[in-house]
Amino acid sequence: MTSSNSREPHTGARASMGGRHPMAIGRIEKAQDTRQALARLVAYLAPFRTGIIVVLVFVVIYTLLGLLSPYLIGFAIDQYIIPKRTAELPQIALLMLAVYLVNNLFQALAGRTMARVSQRALQQLRQDLFRHLQTLPMQFFDRNPAGQLMSRLTNDIDAINQAVSQNVTALVASVLSLIGILVAMFVLDVWLALASLFVVPIMFWFTQFVATYTRRGFRELQRSMGELNAVMEEAISGQKVVKAFGRNESVLASFVAQNEQAYNAGVTANNYALLLMPLTSVLGNFFIIVLAAFGGWLALRDLVTVGVIATFIIYAQNFINPLRQLANMYNAIQGALAGAERVFEIMDIAAEVDIAVDVPTPQAIRGDVVFQDVQFAYEAGTPILRSMSMHAKAGQLFALVGPTGAGKTTIINLLSRFYEINAGSIHIDGVDIRDIPKEWLRRQLGLVLQDTFLFSDTVLENIRFGRLDATDEECMRAAEMADADSFIRQLPHGYQTMLSERANNLSQGQRQLLAIARMMLANPRILILDEATSSIDTRTEVRIQRALLRLMAGRTSFVIAHRLSTIRDADQVLVINGGEIVERGTHDELLAQHGLYHHLYISQFKGQHI
Amino acid sequence: MHDIITLARFVRPYWRPAIAAFILLTALVFLDLAIPRLIQRIIDEGIAKQNQDIVIQTGLLMVGISLLSVLVAIGNNFTSIQVGEGVARDLRLALFQKIQTLSFSNLDELRTGQLLVRLTSDVAAVQRYFQINLRIGTRAPMLMIGSIILMFSTSYNLALALLPLLLITSVIVVLFVLRTEPLYRMVQQRLDVLNTVLQENIAGSRLIKAFVRGDAQAARFLASNDDFATNSIAVMQFMALMMPVLTMCVNIGMVVVIWWGGWHVATGDMTVGQIVAFTNYLLTTMTPLVMMTMLSNTWASGVASAKRVNEVLDVVPAVQAHTDAIVLQTPLTGQIVFEDVRFFYNVQLPEPVLDAIDLVVAPGQTVAVLGATGAGKSTLINLVPRFYDVTSGRVLIDGMDVRHIDHGSLMQQVAIVPQETILFSGSVRDNIRYGAPDADEAAVVAAAQAAQAHEFILKLPSGYDTHVAERGVNLSGGQKQRIAIARALLTKPRILILDDSTSAVDVETETKIQQALAAMGSAHTTLVVAQRISTVLNADVIVVLDRGRIVAQGTHRELMQHSAIYQEIYASQLGDGVLQRTATDAQ
Repeated sequence: MTSSNSREPHTGARASMGGRHPMAIGRIEKAQDTRQALARLVAYLAPFRTGIIVVLVFVVIYTLLGLLSPYLIGFAIDQYIIPKRTAELPQIALLMLAVYLVNNLFQALAGRTMARVSQRALQQLRQDLFRHLQTLPMQFFDRNPAGQLMSRLTNDIDAINQAVSQNVTALVASVLSLIGILVAMFVLDVWLALASLFVVPIMFWFTQFVATYTRRGFRELQRSMGELNAVMEEAISGQKVVKAFGRNESVLASFVAQNEQAYNAGVTANNYALLLMPLTSVLGNFFIIVLAAFGGWLALRDLVTVGVIATFIIYAQNFINPLRQLANMYNAIQGALAGAERVFEIMDIAAEVDIAVDVPTPQAIRGDVVFQDVQFAYEAGTPILRSMSMHAKAGQLFALVGPTGAGKTTIINLLSRFYEINAGSIHIDGVDIRDIPKEWLRRQLGLVLQDTFLFSDTVLENIRFGRLDATDEECMRAAEMADADSFIRQLPHGYQTMLSERANNLSQGQRQLLAIARMMLANPRILILDEATSSIDTRTEVRIQRALLRLMAGRTSFVIAHRLSTIRDADQVLVINGGEIVERGTHDELLAQHGLYHHLYISQFKGQHI
Repeated sequence: MHDIITLARFVRPYWRPAIAAFILLTALVFLDLAIPRLIQRIIDEGIAKQNQDIVIQTGLLMVGISLLSVLVAIGNNFTSIQVGEGVARDLRLALFQKIQTLSFSNLDELRTGQLLVRLTSDVAAVQRYFQINLRIGTRAPMLMIGSIILMFSTSYNLALALLPLLLITSVIVVLFVLRTEPLYRMVQQRLDVLNTVLQENIAGSRLIKAFVRGDAQAARFLASNDDFATNSIAVMQFMALMMPVLTMCVNIGMVVVIWWGGWHVATGDMTVGQIVAFTNYLLTTMTPLVMMTMLSNTWASGVASAKRVNEVLDVVPAVQAHTDAIVLQTPLTGQIVFEDVRFFYNVQLPEPVLDAIDLVVAPGQTVAVLGATGAGKSTLINLVPRFYDVTSGRVLIDGMDVRHIDHGSLMQQVAIVPQETILFSGSVRDNIRYGAPDADEAAVVAAAQAAQAHEFILKLPSGYDTHVAERGVNLSGGQKQRIAIARALLTKPRILILDDSTSAVDVETETKIQQALAAMGSAHTTLVVAQRISTVLNADVIVVLDRGRIVAQGTHRELMQHSAIYQEIYASQLGDGVLQRTATDAQ
């Protein structure tokens, strides 16, 4: 089944840190298989081949032109200024202007093209990721808490974005200009060039040195920020309990201690990280000094001209910056590859199993549901359903009753094929549900789930979710049937109230009413209510029940409830315990049996005279 | 911008390192600017005049200056980091303390997820803003001003010729920065939208699958994905223009230096060294310009985050401590009186949540509150521990207005089991001891036994030492509720409040819990909110709430006789309510 194919991505350890990187150095991670991640990332750029080739050509052009201009300055000094040949000055000045203009023009064009290419490629990546997420089985979402998954995805995609949109062209340009400058220097003057070379190893050594300590510092910072986050998370989400038990003081104390640690770690990490700047800039200065002093010494012996020294000094300044950035760019790209690897990992998880495509879509169903010896386990070794058989005839109301964890919700998960059964079969109208397209199957089912999820949209749109082509009137009628209309009208903007807005005090019960309205609008063939009214008071429930009973008439329905009062009307009550049906029959029959059902029923009204 | 200024008060405690950072920065700028001037000296006095000593001397001087500048730069780093990290630490603390003072109605408005974002990402963005301003933001303009001064002192005329260009460049920088800030903000908004859609599709995956709405959701995602990409491209393309335009400005300056300066060297007004120095000054001005453009993103996010941070800091706690609150010294008797209480969550809403509530709870009594969804049951009992303040009327405990009682001392005698069970990561024992950290093992076990939690706790992998995972995901709803009840009982409260806290516990267990509570005798006053009739049967007084008003109160027996609503609730739960009603409907 799907579970065997799907790899579980590692969670937790790389939890989000939320943009706390004063320099790109903060994120130092490596992909497990760099080459593969790179290859797959590059594949996303492939459709933009032309654009990328254009960018590369532009980068080469402007890097070369960038090499030309310092040479022209030196040339002007040596050939025109020192010999005082002023007549030819305008000529060289205009040539310089032209070189600069073309250089900047190409730089702008390359930047603009790359912006479009990188963002469109990333858009495609996000789209593919989203599409794939939609096809993933429920197991995936059960294993990966939404918050964690979200922060991981956003962080990873952001890292990829940073690298692709900024660092790739910068890296190419940097490497090109480093090579170009070196070549130009050697062509101009071998001795000065050799003197310049000493910078390279020192720069690498500096960067290495700083990076080692920075990495250590940021790891420590990450750790202490993680701990601080944990303290804050608990204190804030548990604020009501903290208040209720008067633990403000002790919570504050642990926060202050952790906050202080984060401060210390932050100071240390940043001091290391920012050390690179002064170190490299002093190196840059040394570079220039050596050129000026050694160049001056050479000039005194007529071995080099002033113009060449001027050219070298400008080259030196153009040399230091890319060199300084290489380390950062390298780290950013490594981080991006690590992020890409995790994104691809998710994209490699096998999608939900559906049917073979060539099976003809069935006609409208009647709703005859048969479970035959169904076995199921969420995790191998801990079976939830042992051997379940039942037969709900079309139009019948089935109630599922039993203690928490008995497997009631699992039955519904299997019927709607959120999970695949391990053994046995489930048939609807005599057709194995594994032979029915999933989407078609689910369109026949109307579910009101235990956890009521609402979208950040208006109340009206949240109801319309049940049937997208429903008119406003139909939505409101559904709300009326679900007894939600009166409270909706009391909201600040009635049906147009945005549910994501702050200060919407929808209670759990009100949310359930909306979920019921949504299901009523969908008008399904088979109704499934999973504790749909658990937070609704019993009087309101009675009113909804009437509407529900009208809706259920002629449709197969499954109802899970703790409250026995809600399931007395069932044609068949299944009492489930430990993954098996232990009793079945009508309410009256079961009461007469004096079994588990009777026990549950009596305990609810103990002490009363019925 | 206003928001950043408001937050500037957090820099005040660090004025010393902040000023030191500034002074060191100034020194750094001048040291940096000395280098081109010294190069000029090598060329003009050394090479041109064939003086080797000057070349060597000046070279050594430059080495010395460079080394000094490293020390100064490290000092600047150190002091500015101190300010930045200090501000971040203090901001986090201020936010955290603020959040602690917030009342339940404030917390309902600010969702916890958002609060965490504010404490982490937003604080980090504000920190970056301050720190980068101290390191780069002030350095860039100073380098520029310094370069200009030195240019003027090198050659007044040439500098004058370049001045218009520099002014134009500055204007361009300002325009770029002003333009990019809103652009970045817009991209950020699009990203938020995109993330919301993604978040909903992950959190609501089951529902989307159930209703087969994948395509509709994908359409939503594709639209916002495209919107985000298009906006990002717009910003990035604009940014791609910025650098070349600024470089071009400096380049034009170079051309002017060579052309105009060349002329003057020919006429003898200028030296070659001056020209080389000028080209260096121009490159030095260039660096700050680049820095400035890189700052605009940090600025945009800093300003946006400052706004969000201020939103939290500016929240006025809906419940505030009274100036001369009474600190409770002796145990309360537990008498509670509601006097004509009226309550609105939000004054804009037309109807009050509670209206004209008059209720007297005698010491030791158990009072149950029953009523429809949204009738105001939870609100009513949350007024007792002053989680909300009444809009009008009074809530009295032992004759004292709760608003005049010191909240900390009140909470020592009131325990609440909230509707939504919140457990903390830690052992089961730690969770039970949450309200009384010093309680001994026997007391913990006794509380757990009373809450009917002892047995299942012993069956957990490590018993009382079993680690409760984040938000108690490894426990069932009913188990969590029982631990929460044990936690409340352990504090031996004078007033115990149970807010529908046995909804996930089966009826049989609930009955046992009630018996255990009853066995404690009239030790404490108990307020119970419930849905099930069985929960409230034995209460001394049952209060029936409807639309924020008390419509009936009395014992079960009394209410069964007099209250139509109570009878209806009763019938809905154990009479043949549904059947009877459908039968009458059908007729």
